Amino acid sequence: MTTLAEKFGLRKASGVGEAGWGHTLIVALVSLIYFLPVLMIIFTAFKPSAQALSVPPTLSPTSLFGLIPDQFVFTPTLENFGQVFNRVMVSGNAAEPTGFDVFFFNSFFISSVSVLLALVIGTLASYGFSRYPLKGNDTYLFIILTTRMLPAIVVIIPIILMFRTVGLSGSYVGIIMLYTAFNLAFTIWMMKSFFDELSYDVEDAARIDGSSEIKVFLKICLPQVVAGLAATFVFGLILTWNEFLFALLLTGVDTRTVPVAMNQAVSSGGRGTDWTLLASIETLFLIPVFLVTFFLQDHLLRGVTFGTVKR
Amino acid sequence: MTTTAQFLPAPPLLSPVAHNWKLALLAGLVVSVIAIVLFPARLSLSVVGAMAALVAAAFAVNAYRRRYYGGLLVAPAIAVLFVMNIFPLLWSLGLSFFAYQSNNQSIRFVGLNNYIKVLTNDIAAPANWDALINTGMFVVFTVALQMITGFLLAMLFAKQFPLRKYLLILVLTPMMLSVVASGVFFSYYYDPTFGILSYVMGEITGNQFILMDSKVGAVAGIVFTDAWMWAPFVMLLVLAGLVSVPKYLYEAAAIDRVSKARQFWTITFPYIRGLLMLALLFRTIEAFKLYDLVYILIRGGQDTKTIAYLITEIANEQNKTSEGAALSYVILFMVIVLTNLYLYLANRRNQGA
Repeated sequence: MTTLAEKFGLRKASGVGEAGWGHTLIVALVSLIYFLPVLMIIFTAFKPSAQALSVPPTLSPTSLFGLIPDQFVFTPTLENFGQVFNRVMVSGNAAEPTGFDVFFFNSFFISSVSVLLALVIGTLASYGFSRYPLKGNDTYLFIILTTRMLPAIVVIIPIILMFRTVGLSGSYVGIIMLYTAFNLAFTIWMMKSFFDELSYDVEDAARIDGSSEIKVFLKICLPQVVAGLAATFVFGLILTWNEFLFALLLTGVDTRTVPVAMNQAVSSGGRGTDWTLLASIETLFLIPVFLVTFFLQDHLLRGVTFGTVKR
Repeated sequence: MTTTAQFLPAPPLLSPVAHNWKLALLAGLVVSVIAIVLFPARLSLSVVGAMAALVAAAFAVNAYRRRYYGGLLVAPAIAVLFVMNIFPLLWSLGLSFFAYQSNNQSIRFVGLNNYIKVLTNDIAAPANWDALINTGMFVVFTVALQMITGFLLAMLFAKQFPLRKYLLILVLTPMMLSVVASGVFFSYYYDPTFGILSYVMGEITGNQFILMDSKVGAVAGIVFTDAWMWAPFVMLLVLAGLVSVPKYLYEAAAIDRVSKARQFWTITFPYIRGLLMLALLFRTIEAFKLYDLVYILIRGGQDTKTIAYLITEIANEQNKTSEGAALSYVILFMVIVLTNLYLYLANRRNQGA
C-alpha cells in the first residue's frame, strides 16, 4: 500500500525509515553470505573427523530435501564437543580430561574482571578529564592513546622481565592488571566523549541545590551514560576475550586462557591441524560473547551514537 | 563548574594527620630504604608496595581536602597505565640504546647504533624497507576495504525492518572470533586441495587454483580476511551515526526537493563524519600492527612480511631484543606523526565547519 507521502515522492532516503519484508530479504541474503565463513566453522564442529577434510568439501548437515547433492552432505555428530573436555591425548591410552573446563573458567574470569576494572578506573578518569581538566589535559590523553600504538611484542619483553622480578608471571593478578591497562586507553577515550556530550545544566542545578560532587557523579552523570558503559564493555570484552600474545607469554598452566589452549590443542601431536577440534572449541568459545553482544545490542547502537556524535 | 582548588594551609611537617603527604612520603622513603637494606628481595618489595600505598592514600586525602578532583579521579588510571604500559615502553626505549639479547645476560651501551643498523646497513635493511612498504600497502588496502564494506553494510541496516536485530548480530559475529581460529580456518578455505575456494575455481576453470601462490594472491587473501573480520567494527560506528540523524531533516529536504546525493552530503555525511574518522583512527593504528594473520595464513612467505612481523621475528626468534625495540620505535614515531597530523586535520575541519 502506498501512502500519500510515497505517491508524491516524499519517501525518506535514509535515517531510521521503515522498510518491509522485501528489504529484509535483501539484507538476509547479504548477512548470510557475510556469515558464511563463521557458519562453516560451526558446521565443521559437527562433522565427523573423517569428513572434516574431503574433496569436494562437505558443506551442509542436511540435503535440504534433495536440494544439495549427496557429496556435499555430512552426517552431523556431537562427538567433537565431548572431545574438547575429554580426549585421548596419547594414542593407546584411555581418554583423559583436557582441562578445558579450567581454561574456559580462566577466560571468563580474567576477561570479565579486567574489563570491569578498566571500566571503573577508566570511567572515573574520563570523568576527571572531562569535568576537571588538568594542565596539559590533551597531552595526557594523547600519551594514553600512544600506549596502544606499539606492537605488543615490543612491550612484552620488559613486562616479562618485570613480572618475573615481582613474581607475577603465571598469576591471575598479573594478567588481569595487564588486560586492565590494555583496555584503559579505549575506555578512557570512549567514555570521555560520552561525558563531554552531557549538558552541564542539570549538574549545575544539582550543585546549587547542595548536592556533593560525588552525588552529582553517581546520581546525575552516571545514569545518563549507561548505554556508553554497555558499549565500552562489549568492545572491551571482545578484544580481551580473544587476546592471544600476552596470554601466551604471561599465563601459567593454571591460568591459561582458551585462545592459548586452543592453539596448543590444535597444533600438538604433530598430526597437523585438528579441524573438528578447533571448530568445536571456537564454537563453544563464541557463545558467551555472542550472547552478551546480542543482549547489549540496543545499548551498543544507542551508546556509540550518544558518545561520539557532536551536535 | 567548581574546578577551583582551595588553598588550605599545609600542615606542619611532623603533625600526624591523614592528609600530611610530606610526612607520609618521608616515612615511606625511610622505611623503604631500611627494608631494602635489611630484608630479602621479596619481603622488601611488599614493604615498598605498602609504603607506596600509604603515600598514595595521603596524597588522595590531601587532594580531596583541597578539592583537586581532577587529579584524584585520573590518578588510578595513570598509575595502572604507568606501571603496565608506560614504564615497559620507556624500558624498551632504553633497551633500544643498548646491545641486549634476551638469551644472553650481557648488556652494553651502544647509543644510536641499533637505529643506524635497522635503517641502513647491517641486519637486512633492505628487508626492513620492503616490510615498511608492505605495511603501508596493507594499511591502505585493509583500511580502505573495511571502510567501504563497513559503510555499505551500515547503509543496508540503516532502516528499521523485520528481523533486523537477528540479521545484525550475524554480521557482527566475525569480529568476535579469535584470530587464531579465523586465521586457521581461512587458511583452510584457501587450501589448494581441500579448500572451498580452490574447489569452486577448479570447477569453473578446470585447472588447480592456488591462491597463495603469488604475492598478489597472498596479499588479497590476507586483506580479505582482515577486512572481513573488522568491517563490522566500522559498520557499527557508521550505523550509530546513521540512526542518529533526525528524521525531520530528511522530510524537510524532501519537501525542498533536494536530490538524494545532495541529501547525503549535506545531511547524512556530517552526522557520520566524526564516527568515520574515529573508525579510521582506530583501524589504522591496528593495521600498522598487522602480524597474526600474516603469520597464520602464510608464515610471511611470498614477500608479505610486515614491520610487526619483522619485529617479532627479530625480537623473538633471533633474540635481538634491542634491535627489535629500535625498529619498533621507528614505527611508533611514524604512527605518532601520522596520528597527530590526522588529529590536527580532524580538529581543523571541526572548527572550520
